[in-house]
Amino acid sequence: MPENNFRLEERLTAWHIGIALGALFVGTWFGPLQVLEHVGIDLYGKLAPGIKSYYQGLTLHGVLNALVYTTFFITGFLTFTTVHSLKTRLRFPWVNILGLWLMAAGLLMTAVPLLLDNATVLYTFYPPLQASALFYIGLTLVVVGSWVEGFGLYFTVAAWRATHQGERTPFIAFGSVLTMAMWQIASLGIAAEMLVLLIPWSLGWVRGTDPLLARTLFWFTGHPIVYFWLLPAYVSWYGMLPKQAGGKLFSDPLARLAFWLFLVLSIPVGLHHQFADPGISPTWKAVHTLLTYGVTFPSLLTAFTVIASLELGGRARGGKGLFAWVCKLPWQDPSFSAQALAMATFAFGGIGGIINASYNVDLVVHNTLWIVGHFHLTLATTVVLSFIGITYWLVPKLSGKELWSARAARIQVWLWIVGMLPFSASHHLLGLRYGVPRRTMLGTAPYLSLEWNPLLLLAALGGVLLWASLLLYFVIVLGTMFGSRKAAQTSEMPVAEALVDPSETPAWLDTWTPWLIVTILLILLSYGPPLAELVRNVDLSSPGLRAW
Amino acid sequence: MNGLRVDPYERGWMIASGIILAFFLLAVGVSAYHGFTLPGHDERLETSPGGGGARFPEPAVVQRGPGRYDVYMRAQIWAFVPNEIKIPAGSTVTFHVTSADVLHGFLIERTNINLMALPGQVSKTTARFDTPGEYRFFCHEYCGLGHQIMWGKVIVESRS
Repeated sequence: MPENNFRLEERLTAWHIGIALGALFVGTWFGPLQVLEHVGIDLYGKLAPGIKSYYQGLTLHGVLNALVYTTFFITGFLTFTTVHSLKTRLRFPWVNILGLWLMAAGLLMTAVPLLLDNATVLYTFYPPLQASALFYIGLTLVVVGSWVEGFGLYFTVAAWRATHQGERTPFIAFGSVLTMAMWQIASLGIAAEMLVLLIPWSLGWVRGTDPLLARTLFWFTGHPIVYFWLLPAYVSWYGMLPKQAGGKLFSDPLARLAFWLFLVLSIPVGLHHQFADPGISPTWKAVHTLLTYGVTFPSLLTAFTVIASLELGGRARGGKGLFAWVCKLPWQDPSFSAQALAMATFAFGGIGGIINASYNVDLVVHNTLWIVGHFHLTLATTVVLSFIGITYWLVPKLSGKELWSARAARIQVWLWIVGMLPFSASHHLLGLRYGVPRRTMLGTAPYLSLEWNPLLLLAALGGVLLWASLLLYFVIVLGTMFGSRKAAQTSEMPVAEALVDPSETPAWLDTWTPWLIVTILLILLSYGPPLAELVRNVDLSSPGLRAW
Repeated sequence: MNGLRVDPYERGWMIASGIILAFFLLAVGVSAYHGFTLPGHDERLETSPGGGGARFPEPAVVQRGPGRYDVYMRAQIWAFVPNEIKIPAGSTVTFHVTSADVLHGFLIERTNINLMALPGQVSKTTARFDTPGEYRFFCHEYCGLGHQIMWGKVIVESRS
């Protein structure tokens, strides 16, 4: 066996992914509890007094799955991709180790009030509902830890660039650090919300808070966070999946252009979550609509480039015809099929996203179950199924074992899709047709209507299938780690070659300063005036309430 | 774009994407201009005692003229005040919604009325009710353990 130069980096990655999957494992149990409650089967009673309410379970589901799983998985994965793409070790490993410790300490601090029912504020934690200060401090530490790890990656890339002048940064490393840079700028909103408003207020240092300002700072981060989740999947779709399919990256420069556009356009769009809010001018809401339309463009570009890259693979494998080449793709490889299906799902998630961002059109669906359907297509399928696909090569790589059962993994992937179709379709329809509110204990709502029942039943069926699929996933991961044979040969990270050598990619697509300047200018233009107005009128008068 | 080579098919796709997005945007722009608008800077309330700013009136349904109503609604843990609004068919109603405590939401089924209710702020929207019937409204923002019992209805009576 050749010597593994990345033992430390891979151990770091494994810890991140282990913690991420642990969080997902706990969080996923609440999914079926929610959909079953909606059809009158309340299993929460059986969890008392451990879990005290539907809403405590819902908070755990959101925080663990959407915040903890994603942040830990992504930070670990990007560490792995950066060092393997550059073929160089972390410049200062202690920085990344420190970051992981901060994140882990933050997770523990968050977990205590969550489990004790002292932070039943859902994962959006809008004030004036007030959680224990530990909850806010813990989440802040998780974010700060991810920043520290981001710096660890920058040092590594900077060191590589210093010794490889004139060369293009390998695409995977480029996309990985760009994701981190976008996240660091984007999460300044939530950092300000935590440090200036929520933490002093929850500690009792100030008496009141300003719910609208807090909410606006939250969404400054709250929309780009979805690109923080999505971009690592894109790194894999552009940089790895074509290789797994036997193809090549169709266009290295356009892949980079898409990533730069995500850096520039991911952040100045958050007001599209606040169309129904008072106190923010409709003009600025319209500006954010326009910019949100802008950020769909790099995703449309991604659709073309990635599908063209896969087509190269399908044809290389003997595929013919306008579409028949699709059948020649390696569908028996669960890592491929998971990510290809995740990609197909994003067509629908993306269209729904355009609807949500469409100014007054959003009022038809705002805060209804439609949003839950949308979120489970985008985050819980496009992103999570991609991450699942990634782990089908990454866990064997990290553990040096064979994948426990490719057949079980294929079943797991399709079961996710089979569960997600009824789950997501019924949620979309319940919101669109009936305006059924999201994040609500519907089973005991006095307004629960008979005509909602067929769709709620369909959603419950889908939810249970999704839960079963994830349990199978954990069996496969644990089976790989502890029950599988040692791999006959060491596997490598799949790295797609570009069709045209990246050295021909223009230098302006591998230069940071102008893009960072444009990013910051656009944020100042789109968020500067509305935020300045909110700050000028700041009204710290809402006392914290514990309404659970 | 200096030195950027783009495949002709991909260029076509990019142009088509741009056109589609521009068309959607135009459609949204037209609908916003001619129809339903969003809440904005409607009113900020004075929240500190002794301040001289605006106060939210007592919750009520106020008739402003034939077929014209203002509804002053206070959302609070866990009820809407008022929670039953009776109006004749064909009425135009302006809703002024605020919150007394935490965030709440206000959505009337089968309409485009969908607002957030925030303490210290008033969300305003106007709609016309032509078809007689019951239109229920729900709180759609989590506001604590009783969130799911927070609702009410607009009863539109036929003018016979």
